Amino acid sequence: MKSSHQIELTAGIFLLLAIGALIFLAVQATDRGVVAGGGYQVTAYFSNIGGLKPKARVSMGGVSIGMVESISLDPDTLEARVVMRISDQYDDLPEDSSASIFTAGILGDQFIGLEPGGSPEPLRDGDRILLTNSALQLEQLITRYMFDSEGDD
Amino acid sequence: MSATSSPPGRLLNPLRQLGRAGLFLLTAFSRMRLTRFQAAETLRQIYFSGVRSLVIIVTGGFFVGLVLTLQTYDTLSRFGAAEAVSTVLALSLFRELGPVLTTLLFAGRAGTSITAEIGLMRATEQLDALDLMAIDPMERIVQPRLLAGIVAVPALVLIFNVCAILGGVVFAVFMMGSDPITFWSNMQATVELWRDFGHGMLKAVAFGFLASWLAVYFGWTARPTSEGVALATTQTVIATAISVLILDFVLSAFML
Amino acid sequence: MSEILASSPSITLKNVSISLGGRMVLDDFSLEIPAGQVTAVLGPSGAGKTTVMRLITGQLKPDSGEVWIDSERVDQMSARQLNRLRRNLGVLLQNGALFTDLTCFDNVALPIREHTALPEPLIRRLVLLKLQTVGLRGAADLYPRELSGGMNRRIAMARAMALDPAIMFYDEPFAGLDPISLGVARRLIRDINQALRTTSVVITHDVGEVAHFADYCCIISDGRAVAEGTPDSLSDSSNELVRQFVNGLPDGPVAFHYPARELADELLEQDLSR
Repeated sequence: MKSSHQIELTAGIFLLLAIGALIFLAVQATDRGVVAGGGYQVTAYFSNIGGLKPKARVSMGGVSIGMVESISLDPDTLEARVVMRISDQYDDLPEDSSASIFTAGILGDQFIGLEPGGSPEPLRDGDRILLTNSALQLEQLITRYMFDSEGDD
Repeated sequence: MSATSSPPGRLLNPLRQLGRAGLFLLTAFSRMRLTRFQAAETLRQIYFSGVRSLVIIVTGGFFVGLVLTLQTYDTLSRFGAAEAVSTVLALSLFRELGPVLTTLLFAGRAGTSITAEIGLMRATEQLDALDLMAIDPMERIVQPRLLAGIVAVPALVLIFNVCAILGGVVFAVFMMGSDPITFWSNMQATVELWRDFGHGMLKAVAFGFLASWLAVYFGWTARPTSEGVALATTQTVIATAISVLILDFVLSAFML
Repeated sequence: MSEILASSPSITLKNVSISLGGRMVLDDFSLEIPAGQVTAVLGPSGAGKTTVMRLITGQLKPDSGEVWIDSERVDQMSARQLNRLRRNLGVLLQNGALFTDLTCFDNVALPIREHTALPEPLIRRLVLLKLQTVGLRGAADLYPRELSGGMNRRIAMARAMALDPAIMFYDEPFAGLDPISLGVARRLIRDINQALRTTSVVITHDVGEVAHFADYCCIISDGRAVAEGTPDSLSDSSNELVRQFVNGLPDGPVAFHYPARELADELLEQDLSR
C-alpha cells in the first residue's frame, strides 16, 4: 500500500492534469483562434457576406492562413466590415491581394479566400484590402441563371 | 395516495427509498465540518476514486473519440461535409457523451468499490466501532467520499474529453489526412465556451454528486452480509446508470 | 452531566423492555453490574446479550425502563451527551472491527488523535505503551490483515482502552480463539480491569471460561435475567435452565427443536397432498 504522502501527491498531480485539460479545452477547442494573440490584422469591406461567421477560415490557395476575428456593419457605408487575423508566418502577402467569400462545398461553411495581387509592397497590420468579392448567394445565382436563359431564348 | 392496480407497498417502496436517500444526504451535509482532516481525507479519496479510474477513462475516451470520428466522417463525407467532423465530435462530447459516459464508467469503477467498502465496513462493525468511539462515521467515512466524487467526476470528464478529441485528431488528421488547422478552426468556430463547454461541465458536477451520493448511500444501507454487499454494489450501478440518463435529459432540457 | 465519569462506575438497568424488528428481545429486564469488577453476561445465542451492551452504550433506546451509569441516565441522553459518555467507554466488538486501511499503530492512535490535542511524540509514546500491554508493540507498523484473528482482537483491546475508559465492554472476546490466545485474552481482561480500575463487562456464551476471570455472573435467557451471582454460586444452582446452560445439555428449557407443529402431522399432510 502506498504511503499517505504518495497518495496525496498523486491526487494533486491528477487534479493538476484535470486543470491542464480544462485550459486545453477552453483555449484550443472553443474560444480563441489558431493564431490567438499572434498574427496581424487586416480589414476588408464587403457589400454582402452571406453566412460568414466570426472564426471562419481565411485561406490563400486553399491553405489556411488565418481566421475571421470580427464582423460588423459600417454605419456610414452600410457595408459589412470584416476584420481578419493572419498568421505571422505569412507576412509578405502582396498589398493589392483581393478577398472573396467562398462556400466549402454546397452546404459547407463560408470562408474567405485571398487572391494574391502583384504589388511588391506587403500587407501590414491594420491595412485594408480594397478589392473584394461578396458572397455568392445560391438564391441569386439560381435567379440570375433562370433570367439569363429566358433572355437568350 | 391511491394505488389502483398493484398493492400500494410496491408503488410506495421506490418513493420511500428515495426519501431515505434524501434524508441520508441531508444528514451527511448537515454534519459537515471542514477540518484539515476532512480536506486531507477528501484528497485521499480523490486518489482512490479519481486516479484509480484514469486508465479506464483515458482508454475509453480515446476510443470513443476514434470511433465517433470514424462514423461521422463516413456519414458527413457522403454530403461533402467531412470538414464538419470536428464540430460534431466536440459538440457531442462536450454536451453529452463526455459527462454521461464518464459517469457511467465512474459508477462501474469507483462507485462499486465505494459501495463495497462501506458495506464491508458495516458488515465488519467498523462503522459501529467508530460510533462507539464517539467519532461520527458520517464525517469520517461518508463526507470525504461525497466531496471526492463531486471533484473527481468533472476532472475525469475533462480528461475524457481531451482523450476523445485526441482520438478524433488521430483518425481525421493522421489517418484521413484532414487539414489540422481546418479541424481546429471549425471546432472553435462552432463550439461556444459557456453554452456548450460550460453547460457540459455543470452536468459533470451534478453527475459526480449523484454518482457518489448513490454509491455511498447503497453502501451505508447494505445489509451486513455478503449477499447484502453484493446486492448493494449492483444497485449502485443500476441506480446510477438510470438516474444519470434521466438527469441528463432534464438538465439538457433546462439548459437549451 | 459531568465531563468524565468517576472511575469504575456501576451500571443499572431497571425494568427495561425493548423489541427489535417486531421481536421482544428484553422483557422487563433488570440488572445490576457492580462497580470495579469483572462481570460476565452469559446466555445462549440470541438471548439479548449484545442488546444489553447496546443499551448501556446508548446505541439502542429501550421502549420502557431506565438505564443508569452511576447517576447518569443513559436512555435520555442527547447525541452530544452520548458522545461525551462514549469517550469514557471502551468497547471490543466481536471481531475486533479494526480499520483495515490503517496500521495497528494508527488504529490505536485514532481515538487519541480524535479526542485529545496531544502532541504527536506523546501520542506515539501512549500508543506504544498500550500495544506493549497487549504484547504487540512489535506489530505496530503492520496492517490488521497481516495478523491472526487473536492478535487482531488484542490490537482492538489496545484501541478500546486507548483513552483509559471507565467501563470496558467485551463482546464475545473468546469466540474462535485457540487455547493459547484464549488464555491471553482471559489474562488481559483481568489485567486491564486492575490496571485501569475499570468496570468490565464481558458478554459471552462460554460458560467454562467464566470461572477463570469473572467476579460476578448474570445469565440471560428469553429476555430475562434468570440468575445472578458469583461463578461458584451458579454452578451450584438448582435452577433447571442454569443447569442446562452450565452443563451444556442439548435439550431442556432451551429446546433443541425450533418451534414447529408435530412432526407426524406435517409428514401425514405431505403424503396426502401428493
